[in-house]
Amino acid sequence: MARAVTTRHKVTATVFAWIVALIIFFPILYTLVTSLKTEPEAIAGFSLIPSGTFENYITVQTRSDYLKPFTNSVILSVGSTILALIIAIPSAWAMAFSPTKRTKDILMWMLSTKMMPAVAVLVPIYLLFRDFGLLDSRIGLTVMLTLINLPIVVWMLYTYFREIPGEILEAARMDGAGLWQEIVYVLTPMAVPGIASTLLLNIILAWNESFWTIRLTTTNAAPLTAFIASFSSPQGLFWAKLSAASTMAIAPILILGWFSQKQLVRGLTFGAVK
Amino acid sequence: MGSITLRQVSKVFGEAKVIPSIDLEINDGEFVVFVGPSGCGKSTLLRLIAGLEDVSGGQILIDGKDVTQAAPAQRGLAMVFQSYALYPHMSVRKNIAFPLKMAKMDQAAIDRKVEAAAKVLNLTDYLERRPSQLSGGQRQRVAIGRAIVREPSAFLFDEPLSNLDAALRGTMRLEISDLHHQLKTTMIYVTHDQVEAMTMADKIVVLNRGNIEQVGSPLELYKTPRNLFVAGFIGSPRMNFIDGAYAQSKNAKTAGIRPEHLLLSRDNGTWRGTVKVAEHLGADTFLHLDVDGIGQVTARCDGEFRAHHGDVVYLTPDESKLHRFDDKGMALQA
Repeated sequence: MARAVTTRHKVTATVFAWIVALIIFFPILYTLVTSLKTEPEAIAGFSLIPSGTFENYITVQTRSDYLKPFTNSVILSVGSTILALIIAIPSAWAMAFSPTKRTKDILMWMLSTKMMPAVAVLVPIYLLFRDFGLLDSRIGLTVMLTLINLPIVVWMLYTYFREIPGEILEAARMDGAGLWQEIVYVLTPMAVPGIASTLLLNIILAWNESFWTIRLTTTNAAPLTAFIASFSSPQGLFWAKLSAASTMAIAPILILGWFSQKQLVRGLTFGAVK
Repeated sequence: MGSITLRQVSKVFGEAKVIPSIDLEINDGEFVVFVGPSGCGKSTLLRLIAGLEDVSGGQILIDGKDVTQAAPAQRGLAMVFQSYALYPHMSVRKNIAFPLKMAKMDQAAIDRKVEAAAKVLNLTDYLERRPSQLSGGQRQRVAIGRAIVREPSAFLFDEPLSNLDAALRGTMRLEISDLHHQLKTTMIYVTHDQVEAMTMADKIVVLNRGNIEQVGSPLELYKTPRNLFVAGFIGSPRMNFIDGAYAQSKNAKTAGIRPEHLLLSRDNGTWRGTVKVAEHLGADTFLHLDVDGIGQVTARCDGEFRAHHGDVVYLTPDESKLHRFDDKGMALQA
């Protein structure tokens, strides 16, 4: 009897999970389907069966070079992630292993910056970028993305580091390790799984960031988000081409996410389940 | 060399005075055990000596040199932690070699020393394994190996055996004592287990609420405890304390008699008691009794003493081994 109940529960849960997953995945699926339609088909109304043309992809590629925004996206997301880790590892180390009375406040303050709508600081940031000559530059945008995601990176690493027994670091101190040796030889290798999932998540966040990447670039530093946006031009909406561009923009990150899902799930639920 | 001197060392955490003020002299080559109940400050005291905590006041001297402000690594001490604190991502070999690598010793010398330490600790076959592939006892030996390769002036042990099961604890106790005889290096050992303290120490420091209650050899503490706390803490089962008329007849506020100094008899004796619980351990027997006019008393006798719940037995205290305490709980001299 008990077995029958658990089986029924399992089936219900599985069906429910599939429904939720499909709802979440549906926009991506429909983008893919639309990208394989002709333009008249795309605006004709809801249909899940495309004519299967690859024409849109060819048009998109000939109209604007995919490789350049792709390269920019890679440089910006990887660059900003590495920069964020370099800053966040020592910060999280300090907060996790030598906390003061104010550590929690600092963490909350850092997180609170994420609660602010980005558009609130659009003008000052834009002016700063203009005055420093950083508009449409990869360096400027890398710094921007680093700063945007830094609170999340610090928080994630902080929760990871908190799980590392302090005695091991004390042992390293007793063994003669200096501050940097302690971080490089002991803390970082032990936190590799945590750092890896933080790295992956941050690459995804930076890859998908579209507010600043679209507004602070024109051509040189424009990543794939700007590439998509360029297809929703005032000359008219081309749904099928826009979908093809979107598919091309999200494909690399989807593939990365697919292969690293184990790391990601562990990273996002770390500390929650033990 | 490894003599350690504490001068009026104190430690305050926020409002809490964990250690009010401690003076202590540890001689070179001594095996000193800090013992006391949980929260008595023994681990804090060890961490102050190690340099893992900053002192709030006072001075710490190692071989006459003031190290109060020195970083842990500069004090020439090695520590073995309760959780072993091995580096999980390194092999046993790399774990043991770590302090030498930090000291920038050349690789050939490191290899030689690691092999030598592994041989002493029976770890030669496990050098390439990770800590997670070792048993608790082996992990503890790796932690000790990491400590001995440095040839420190003193070893600090922070409850190193409390994560091991009883049988292994007994074996490791012997191994650590044996190691002390081989190396003849100062060792400071923190434990809450008075059996470990009694069996291993040259000198026991009994701590209570951050204060030193008494310092002495195991037998000194057993025979002449300075106060009620030490009398109650050292010895197992613990000393019986008797207040009231009996104590007054001995000119004391409290009289103390150890369970092993009560002679048990089925027929006659000074006190008459009823058995509440009888614990038969084979080698000895503990009886927990309700004694007329005295109260709860524990008695211990060698070998088997056949008694069960409700039986009446007679007890005769060995009055030459009686301890007397005044109203402040301090021992009165005979």
